[in-house]
Amino acid sequence: MSRTIDFEAFRTGPDADGLVRRIHELFEGPTALMEVCGTHTVAIGRAGIRSLMPDGLRLLSGPGCPVCVTPLGEIDMALAAARRPDVVLTTFGDMMRVPGSESSLERERAGGADVRIVTSALDAVEIAAGEPSKEVVFVGVGFETTSPTIAAALMTAERRGVENVSVLPFFKLVPPALDLLVAVPGRALDGFLCPGHVSSIIGSNAYEPVAHGADMPCVVAGFEPLDILAGVVMLLEQVRDVRSGGAARVETQYARAVRPEGNRTALELLDEVFEVVDADWRGIGTIPESGYALRERYAHRDAGAKLGVDRTRPDEPEGCICGAIMLGERIPADCPLFGTVCTPRDPVGPCMVSSEGSCAAHFRYERR
Amino acid sequence: MCLAVPGLVREVDGLRAKVDFGGITREVELSLLPDTQVDDYVLVHAGYAIEKVDRESALETMKLFREMAEAVDKERSS
Repeated sequence: MSRTIDFEAFRTGPDADGLVRRIHELFEGPTALMEVCGTHTVAIGRAGIRSLMPDGLRLLSGPGCPVCVTPLGEIDMALAAARRPDVVLTTFGDMMRVPGSESSLERERAGGADVRIVTSALDAVEIAAGEPSKEVVFVGVGFETTSPTIAAALMTAERRGVENVSVLPFFKLVPPALDLLVAVPGRALDGFLCPGHVSSIIGSNAYEPVAHGADMPCVVAGFEPLDILAGVVMLLEQVRDVRSGGAARVETQYARAVRPEGNRTALELLDEVFEVVDADWRGIGTIPESGYALRERYAHRDAGAKLGVDRTRPDEPEGCICGAIMLGERIPADCPLFGTVCTPRDPVGPCMVSSEGSCAAHFRYERR
Repeated sequence: MCLAVPGLVREVDGLRAKVDFGGITREVELSLLPDTQVDDYVLVHAGYAIEKVDRESALETMKLFREMAEAVDKERSS
Protein backbone atom coordinates (compact mmCIF):
# COMPACT_ATOMS: atom_id res chain seq x y z
CA MET A 1 0.00 0.00 0.00
CA SER A 2 1.66 3.22 -1.09
CA ARG A 3 1.81 6.30 1.03
CA THR A 4 0.44 9.30 -0.79
CA ILE A 5 2.16 12.67 -0.63
CA ASP A 6 -0.12 15.44 0.52
CA PHE A 7 0.96 18.11 -1.95
CA GLU A 8 -1.70 20.44 -0.61
CA ALA A 9 0.31 20.74 2.60
CA PHE A 10 3.00 22.65 0.67
CA ARG A 11 0.41 25.19 -0.41
CA THR A 12 -1.74 25.82 2.64
CA GLY A 13 -0.04 24.17 5.61
CA PRO A 14 -0.40 25.65 9.09
CA ASP A 15 3.20 26.89 9.15
CA ALA A 16 2.81 29.79 6.72
CA ASP A 17 2.23 32.36 9.47
CA GLY A 18 5.15 31.03 11.47
CA LEU A 19 7.45 31.20 8.43
CA VAL A 20 6.45 34.82 7.77
CA ARG A 21 7.06 35.64 11.44
CA ARG A 22 10.49 34.00 11.19
CA ILE A 23 11.30 36.06 8.09
CA HIS A 24 10.50 39.27 9.96
CA GLU A 25 12.58 38.09 12.91
CA LEU A 26 15.61 37.27 10.75
CA PHE A 27 15.42 40.48 8.71
CA GLU A 28 18.21 42.87 9.64
CA GLY A 29 18.10 45.75 7.20
CA PRO A 30 17.99 46.35 3.41
CA THR A 31 18.24 43.00 1.68
CA ALA A 32 17.79 42.11 -1.98
CA LEU A 33 17.06 38.52 -2.95
CA MET A 34 16.68 37.53 -6.58
CA GLU A 35 14.81 34.67 -8.17
CA VAL A 36 15.81 33.63 -11.67
CA CYS A 37 12.85 31.53 -12.71
CA GLY A 38 9.63 32.61 -14.41
CA THR A 39 7.69 30.01 -12.48
CA HIS A 40 8.97 31.56 -9.23
CA THR A 41 7.96 35.01 -10.53
CA VAL A 42 4.39 33.83 -11.02
CA ALA A 43 4.27 31.77 -7.81
CA ILE A 44 5.47 34.74 -5.74
CA GLY A 45 2.97 37.06 -7.43
CA ARG A 46 0.05 34.69 -7.13
CA ALA A 47 0.67 33.96 -3.44
CA GLY A 48 1.06 37.64 -2.63
CA ILE A 49 4.37 36.93 -0.97
CA ARG A 50 5.81 40.42 -1.46
CA SER A 51 3.01 41.92 0.62
CA LEU A 52 4.02 39.68 3.54
CA MET A 53 7.69 40.71 3.51
CA PRO A 54 9.23 43.29 5.86
CA ASP A 55 9.88 46.73 4.37
CA GLY A 56 13.36 46.76 2.92
CA LEU A 57 13.35 43.07 1.93
CA ARG A 58 13.17 43.16 -1.84
CA LEU A 59 12.33 40.07 -3.87
CA LEU A 60 13.75 40.85 -7.31
CA SER A 61 12.85 39.06 -10.48
CA GLY A 62 15.86 38.26 -12.62
CA PRO A 63 16.24 36.96 -16.18
CA GLY A 64 14.39 33.73 -15.51
CA CYS A 65 11.62 33.98 -18.06
CA PRO A 66 12.83 32.02 -21.10
CA VAL A 67 10.47 33.78 -23.51
CA CYS A 68 11.61 37.16 -22.17
CA VAL A 69 15.31 36.46 -22.77
CA THR A 70 14.86 35.17 -26.33
CA PRO A 71 16.35 37.91 -28.54
CA LEU A 72 14.29 39.67 -31.17
CA GLY A 73 16.53 38.20 -33.86
CA GLU A 74 15.65 34.66 -32.71
CA ILE A 75 11.94 35.44 -32.72
CA ASP A 76 12.35 36.77 -36.26
CA MET A 77 14.04 33.47 -37.23
CA ALA A 78 11.01 31.55 -35.98
CA LEU A 79 8.74 33.87 -37.96
CA ALA A 80 10.84 33.43 -41.10
CA ALA A 81 10.61 29.64 -40.72
CA ALA A 82 6.86 29.83 -40.17
CA ARG A 83 6.41 31.72 -43.45
CA ARG A 84 7.87 28.86 -45.49
CA PRO A 85 5.09 26.95 -47.24
CA ASP A 86 6.82 23.61 -46.64
CA VAL A 87 7.26 24.17 -42.92
CA VAL A 88 5.06 23.19 -39.99
CA LEU A 89 6.22 25.38 -37.12
CA THR A 90 5.63 23.85 -33.68
CA THR A 91 6.00 25.77 -30.45
CA PHE A 92 4.97 25.93 -26.81
CA GLY A 93 2.00 28.23 -26.42
CA ASP A 94 3.80 31.06 -24.62
CA MET A 95 5.70 32.05 -27.79
CA MET A 96 2.60 32.66 -29.90
CA ARG A 97 1.97 36.29 -29.02
CA VAL A 98 5.56 37.48 -28.71
CA PRO A 99 6.02 40.37 -31.16
CA GLY A 100 8.94 40.06 -33.55
CA SER A 101 10.28 43.09 -35.44
CA GLU A 102 6.97 42.91 -37.27
CA SER A 103 4.31 40.29 -36.78
CA SER A 104 4.12 37.37 -34.35
CA LEU A 105 3.52 33.63 -34.69
CA GLU A 106 -0.13 34.24 -33.90
CA ARG A 107 -0.37 36.79 -36.74
CA GLU A 108 1.45 34.48 -39.13
CA ARG A 109 -0.98 31.70 -38.30
CA ALA A 110 -3.89 34.04 -38.92
CA GLY A 111 -2.30 34.83 -42.28
CA GLY A 112 -2.22 31.16 -43.27
CA ALA A 113 1.09 29.88 -41.90
CA ASP A 114 1.04 26.36 -40.44
CA VAL A 115 1.89 27.13 -36.81
CA ARG A 116 0.84 24.59 -34.18
CA ILE A 117 0.98 24.76 -30.41
CA VAL A 118 2.38 21.61 -28.84
CA THR A 119 2.87 20.60 -25.22
CA SER A 120 5.88 18.38 -25.84
CA ALA A 121 8.76 18.31 -28.33
CA LEU A 122 7.77 14.72 -29.00
CA ASP A 123 4.57 16.06 -30.61
CA ALA A 124 6.79 17.65 -33.27
CA VAL A 125 8.32 14.24 -34.01
CA GLU A 126 4.86 12.64 -34.27
CA ILE A 127 3.66 15.38 -36.63
CA ALA A 128 6.75 14.91 -38.77
CA ALA A 129 6.22 11.15 -38.92
CA GLY A 130 2.69 11.74 -40.15
CA GLU A 131 3.51 14.49 -42.68
CA PRO A 132 6.65 13.42 -44.56
CA SER A 133 6.37 16.18 -47.20
CA LYS A 134 6.77 18.90 -44.56
CA GLU A 135 9.72 20.04 -42.49
CA VAL A 136 8.56 20.23 -38.90
CA VAL A 137 10.46 22.89 -36.98
CA PHE A 138 10.33 23.12 -33.18
CA VAL A 139 11.02 26.46 -31.50
CA GLY A 140 13.44 25.48 -28.77
CA VAL A 141 12.96 28.09 -26.06
CA GLY A 142 13.63 27.26 -22.42
CA PHE A 143 16.20 26.60 -19.74
CA GLU A 144 17.68 23.35 -18.50
CA THR A 145 14.30 21.97 -17.44
CA THR A 146 13.20 22.01 -21.06
CA SER A 147 16.28 21.43 -23.20
CA PRO A 148 16.70 17.76 -22.13
CA THR A 149 13.16 17.01 -23.33
CA ILE A 150 14.09 18.30 -26.80
CA ALA A 151 17.31 16.29 -26.73
CA ALA A 152 15.25 13.19 -25.88
CA ALA A 153 12.72 13.91 -28.63
CA LEU A 154 15.50 14.34 -31.20
CA MET A 155 17.00 11.00 -30.17
CA THR A 156 13.57 9.43 -30.67
CA ALA A 157 13.48 10.96 -34.15
CA GLU A 158 16.95 9.53 -34.85
CA ARG A 159 15.91 6.07 -33.61
CA ARG A 160 12.72 6.03 -35.65
CA GLY A 161 14.33 7.44 -38.76
CA VAL A 162 12.08 10.53 -38.82
CA GLU A 163 14.22 12.86 -40.94
CA ASN A 164 11.92 15.83 -41.36
CA VAL A 165 12.02 17.32 -37.88
CA SER A 166 14.49 19.95 -36.67
CA VAL A 167 14.86 22.50 -33.92
CA LEU A 168 15.74 26.17 -33.51
CA PRO A 169 18.03 25.81 -30.46
CA PHE A 170 17.33 29.03 -28.58
CA PHE A 171 17.90 27.43 -25.15
CA LYS A 172 19.72 29.31 -22.41
CA LEU A 173 21.62 28.14 -19.33
CA VAL A 174 20.99 29.56 -15.87
CA PRO A 175 24.36 29.42 -14.01
CA PRO A 176 26.20 31.69 -16.52
CA ALA A 177 23.50 34.32 -15.98
CA LEU A 178 24.14 34.13 -12.24
CA ASP A 179 27.86 34.69 -12.91
CA LEU A 180 26.97 37.82 -14.88
CA LEU A 181 24.60 39.10 -12.21
CA VAL A 182 27.18 38.87 -9.43
CA ALA A 183 29.91 40.45 -11.54
CA VAL A 184 28.19 43.75 -12.30
CA PRO A 185 29.97 46.44 -10.24
CA GLY A 186 27.88 48.10 -7.59
CA ARG A 187 25.36 45.30 -7.63
CA ALA A 188 23.58 44.98 -4.31
CA LEU A 189 22.39 41.39 -4.31
CA ASP A 190 22.34 39.41 -1.10
CA GLY A 191 21.21 36.02 -2.33
CA PHE A 192 19.71 33.88 -5.07
CA LEU A 193 16.53 31.87 -4.81
CA CYS A 194 17.56 29.20 -7.30
CA PRO A 195 15.11 27.55 -9.70
CA GLY A 196 13.68 24.26 -8.45
CA HIS A 197 13.14 22.32 -11.64
CA VAL A 198 16.20 23.57 -13.53
CA SER A 199 18.04 22.26 -10.46
CA SER A 200 16.33 18.87 -10.72
CA ILE A 201 18.28 18.57 -13.97
CA ILE A 202 21.58 20.35 -13.27
CA GLY A 203 21.84 19.54 -9.55
CA SER A 204 22.37 21.91 -6.65
CA ASN A 205 26.15 21.46 -7.00
CA ALA A 206 25.90 23.65 -10.12
CA TYR A 207 25.63 26.71 -7.88
CA GLU A 208 28.77 25.98 -5.84
CA PRO A 209 31.00 28.20 -8.04
CA VAL A 210 28.80 31.27 -7.62
CA ALA A 211 28.18 30.63 -3.91
CA HIS A 212 31.84 30.29 -3.06
CA GLY A 213 33.38 32.36 -5.83
CA ALA A 214 31.15 35.39 -5.27
CA ASP A 215 30.23 34.72 -1.64
CA MET A 216 26.58 34.65 -2.69
CA PRO A 217 24.02 32.67 -0.65
CA CYS A 218 22.11 30.25 -2.86
CA VAL A 219 18.98 28.34 -1.87
CA VAL A 220 17.26 26.01 -4.31
CA ALA A 221 13.55 26.41 -3.64
CA GLY A 222 10.36 24.70 -4.71
CA PHE A 223 7.34 26.53 -6.09
CA GLU A 224 4.59 26.14 -3.55
CA PRO A 225 4.02 29.09 -1.20
CA LEU A 226 5.53 27.30 1.80
CA ASP A 227 8.56 26.26 -0.24
CA ILE A 228 9.20 29.87 -1.23
CA LEU A 229 8.73 31.19 2.33
CA ALA A 230 11.08 28.51 3.65
CA GLY A 231 13.56 29.39 0.92
CA VAL A 232 13.51 33.03 2.02
CA VAL A 233 14.03 31.95 5.65
CA MET A 234 17.07 29.92 4.65
CA LEU A 235 18.46 32.79 2.58
CA LEU A 236 18.02 35.28 5.43
CA GLU A 237 19.78 32.91 7.82
CA GLN A 238 22.69 32.79 5.37
CA VAL A 239 22.66 36.56 4.83
CA ARG A 240 22.91 37.07 8.58
CA ASP A 241 25.73 34.55 8.69
CA VAL A 242 27.63 36.19 5.82
CA ARG A 243 27.19 39.68 7.27
CA SER A 244 28.90 38.49 10.45
CA GLY A 245 31.82 36.92 8.62
CA GLY A 246 30.51 33.48 7.66
CA ALA A 247 30.78 31.89 4.23
CA ALA A 248 27.95 31.68 1.70
CA ARG A 249 26.87 28.22 0.60
CA VAL A 250 24.39 26.30 -1.52
CA GLU A 251 21.42 24.85 0.30
CA THR A 252 18.45 22.91 -1.03
CA GLN A 253 15.00 23.66 0.31
CA TYR A 254 13.50 21.54 -2.49
CA ALA A 255 15.20 18.34 -1.38
CA ARG A 256 12.26 16.18 -2.45
CA ALA A 257 13.02 16.91 -6.12
CA VAL A 258 16.63 18.09 -6.29
CA ARG A 259 19.79 16.07 -5.83
CA PRO A 260 23.29 17.55 -5.55
CA GLU A 261 24.37 15.81 -8.75
CA GLY A 262 21.12 16.38 -10.67
CA ASN A 263 19.69 14.04 -13.27
CA ARG A 264 22.67 12.19 -14.80
CA THR A 265 20.64 10.71 -17.66
CA ALA A 266 19.34 14.14 -18.68
CA LEU A 267 22.80 15.74 -18.42
CA GLU A 268 24.38 13.00 -20.54
CA LEU A 269 21.67 13.37 -23.15
CA LEU A 270 22.21 17.14 -23.26
CA ASP A 271 25.93 16.60 -23.75
CA GLU A 272 25.31 14.07 -26.51
CA VAL A 273 23.10 16.35 -28.58
CA PHE A 274 24.26 19.89 -27.77
CA GLU A 275 27.47 21.81 -27.33
CA VAL A 276 27.65 24.89 -25.11
CA VAL A 277 28.13 28.15 -27.00
CA ASP A 278 27.97 31.88 -26.28
CA ALA A 279 24.40 33.13 -26.44
CA ASP A 280 22.56 36.38 -26.83
CA TRP A 281 20.06 37.25 -24.06
CA ARG A 282 17.45 39.84 -24.90
CA GLY A 283 18.03 43.15 -23.18
CA ILE A 284 21.28 41.87 -21.66
CA GLY A 285 23.61 41.00 -24.49
CA THR A 286 26.00 38.12 -24.99
CA ILE A 287 26.64 35.88 -22.00
CA PRO A 288 29.57 33.51 -22.60
CA GLU A 289 28.82 29.80 -22.72
CA SER A 290 25.17 30.31 -21.91
CA GLY A 291 23.40 28.62 -24.82
CA TYR A 292 23.34 25.48 -26.94
CA ALA A 293 24.08 24.66 -30.56
CA LEU A 294 23.53 21.26 -32.09
CA ARG A 295 26.64 19.13 -32.25
CA GLU A 296 28.13 18.46 -35.68
CA ARG A 297 26.76 14.92 -35.84
CA TYR A 298 23.23 16.34 -35.31
CA ALA A 299 23.66 19.28 -37.69
CA HIS A 300 20.80 17.86 -39.76
CA ARG A 301 18.54 18.70 -36.81
CA ASP A 302 19.40 22.41 -36.89
CA ALA A 303 16.43 24.16 -38.49
CA GLY A 304 18.28 27.41 -39.20
CA ALA A 305 20.95 25.59 -41.23
CA LYS A 306 18.40 23.33 -42.91
CA LEU A 307 16.17 26.19 -44.04
CA GLY A 308 18.93 28.73 -44.65
CA VAL A 309 17.52 31.15 -42.09
CA ASP A 310 20.07 33.28 -40.22
CA ARG A 311 19.98 35.25 -37.01
CA THR A 312 19.63 39.01 -37.37
CA ARG A 313 20.15 41.81 -34.79
CA PRO A 314 17.15 44.12 -35.08
CA ASP A 315 16.55 47.17 -32.87
CA GLU A 316 14.50 46.92 -29.70
CA PRO A 317 11.21 48.85 -29.35
CA GLU A 318 11.82 52.37 -28.10
CA GLY A 319 11.21 53.12 -24.46
CA CYS A 320 11.15 49.46 -23.45
CA ILE A 321 13.34 48.83 -20.38
CA CYS A 322 12.84 45.04 -20.14
CA GLY A 323 16.61 44.52 -20.09
CA ALA A 324 17.07 46.64 -16.97
CA ILE A 325 14.06 44.97 -15.37
CA MET A 326 15.44 41.50 -16.03
CA LEU A 327 18.73 42.46 -14.40
CA GLY A 328 16.86 43.66 -11.33
CA GLU A 329 18.03 47.26 -11.87
CA ARG A 330 14.52 48.60 -12.45
CA ILE A 331 11.03 47.44 -11.56
CA PRO A 332 8.01 47.43 -13.91
CA ALA A 333 6.60 50.56 -12.31
CA ASP A 334 9.73 52.43 -13.46
CA CYS A 335 8.88 51.87 -17.13
CA PRO A 336 7.13 54.76 -18.88
CA LEU A 337 5.27 52.28 -21.08
CA PHE A 338 4.00 50.06 -18.24
CA GLY A 339 0.24 49.94 -17.94
CA THR A 340 -0.28 52.67 -20.51
CA VAL A 341 1.11 51.70 -23.88
CA CYS A 342 2.28 48.26 -22.73
CA THR A 343 -0.34 45.95 -21.22
CA PRO A 344 -0.88 42.19 -21.28
CA ARG A 345 -3.38 42.62 -24.08
CA ASP A 346 -1.10 44.90 -26.12
CA PRO A 347 2.44 44.04 -25.01
CA VAL A 348 5.42 45.96 -26.32
CA GLY A 349 8.30 44.11 -24.71
CA PRO A 350 8.94 40.51 -23.72
CA CYS A 351 8.47 41.04 -19.96
CA MET A 352 4.83 41.82 -20.58
CA VAL A 353 4.01 39.39 -23.34
CA SER A 354 5.06 36.31 -21.43
CA SER A 355 2.82 35.33 -18.54
CA GLU A 356 6.03 34.65 -16.60
CA GLY A 357 7.58 38.03 -17.29
CA SER A 358 8.11 40.53 -14.47
CA CYS A 359 5.78 43.08 -16.02
CA ALA A 360 2.97 40.65 -16.73
CA ALA A 361 3.19 39.30 -13.18
CA HIS A 362 3.35 42.82 -11.75
CA PHE A 363 0.33 43.90 -13.80
CA ARG A 364 -1.67 40.89 -12.71
CA TYR A 365 -0.74 40.58 -9.04
CA GLU A 366 0.95 43.65 -7.64
CA ARG A 367 -1.05 46.65 -8.77
CA ARG A 368 -3.59 48.24 -6.46
CA MET B 1 9.45 27.86 -17.92
CA CYS B 2 10.01 25.59 -15.00
CA LEU B 3 6.49 24.32 -14.67
CA ALA B 4 6.48 20.64 -13.78
CA VAL B 5 3.56 18.76 -12.28
CA PRO B 6 3.82 15.88 -9.81
CA GLY B 7 1.96 12.66 -10.57
CA LEU B 8 1.78 9.05 -9.39
CA VAL B 9 3.08 6.36 -11.75
CA ARG B 10 0.36 3.76 -12.31
CA GLU B 11 1.85 1.73 -15.16
CA VAL B 12 5.26 1.41 -16.79
CA ASP B 13 5.83 -0.02 -20.27
CA GLY B 14 9.47 0.30 -21.30
CA LEU B 15 10.21 4.02 -21.55
CA ARG B 16 6.60 5.14 -21.32
CA ALA B 17 4.37 5.37 -18.29
CA LYS B 18 0.80 6.13 -17.36
CA VAL B 19 0.88 8.82 -14.68
CA ASP B 20 -2.05 9.85 -12.51
CA PHE B 21 -2.26 13.60 -11.84
CA GLY B 22 -5.03 13.40 -9.28
CA GLY B 23 -7.74 11.91 -11.44
CA ILE B 24 -6.39 12.67 -14.92
CA THR B 25 -4.07 10.01 -16.33
CA ARG B 26 -1.57 10.86 -19.07
CA GLU B 27 1.10 9.06 -21.03
CA VAL B 28 4.55 10.26 -19.97
CA GLU B 29 7.98 9.64 -21.51
CA LEU B 30 10.61 8.06 -19.26
CA SER B 31 13.71 8.60 -21.43
CA LEU B 32 15.06 11.07 -18.86
CA LEU B 33 14.15 8.88 -15.86
CA PRO B 34 14.49 5.29 -17.10
CA ASP B 35 14.52 3.68 -13.65
CA THR B 36 11.00 4.89 -12.87
CA GLN B 37 8.79 2.28 -11.24
CA VAL B 38 5.09 1.90 -10.56
CA ASP B 39 4.12 3.79 -7.42
CA ASP B 40 6.88 6.40 -7.79
CA TYR B 41 5.87 10.04 -7.69
CA VAL B 42 7.46 11.89 -10.61
CA LEU B 43 7.66 15.50 -11.77
CA VAL B 44 6.51 15.82 -15.37
CA HIS B 45 7.57 18.66 -17.67
CA ALA B 46 6.60 18.93 -21.36
CA GLY B 47 5.57 15.27 -21.50
CA TYR B 48 8.71 13.89 -19.84
CA ALA B 49 9.36 12.70 -16.27
CA ILE B 50 12.33 14.77 -15.12
CA GLU B 51 12.80 13.69 -11.52
CA LYS B 52 11.34 11.44 -8.87
CA VAL B 53 9.65 13.12 -5.90
CA ASP B 54 11.09 11.46 -2.85
CA ARG B 55 8.46 10.64 -0.21
CA GLU B 56 10.89 10.72 2.71
CA SER B 57 12.24 14.10 1.65
CA ALA B 58 8.73 15.47 1.26
CA LEU B 59 7.89 14.49 4.83
CA GLU B 60 11.22 15.85 6.05
CA THR B 61 10.59 19.18 4.31
CA MET B 62 7.19 19.49 5.96
CA LYS B 63 8.84 18.84 9.34
CA LEU B 64 11.36 21.57 8.52
CA PHE B 65 8.53 24.03 7.83
CA ARG B 66 7.34 23.36 11.40
CA GLU B 67 10.83 23.75 12.87
CA MET B 68 11.46 27.03 11.02
CA ALA B 69 8.04 28.36 11.95
CA GLU B 70 8.68 27.66 15.62
CA ALA B 71 12.30 28.79 15.73
CA VAL B 72 12.97 31.73 17.96
CA ASP B 73 16.22 33.66 18.16
CA LYS B 74 17.60 32.96 21.59
CA GLU B 75 19.07 36.47 21.94
CA ARG B 76 15.68 38.01 21.26
CA SER B 77 13.44 35.91 23.44
CA SER B 78 13.18 37.46 26.86
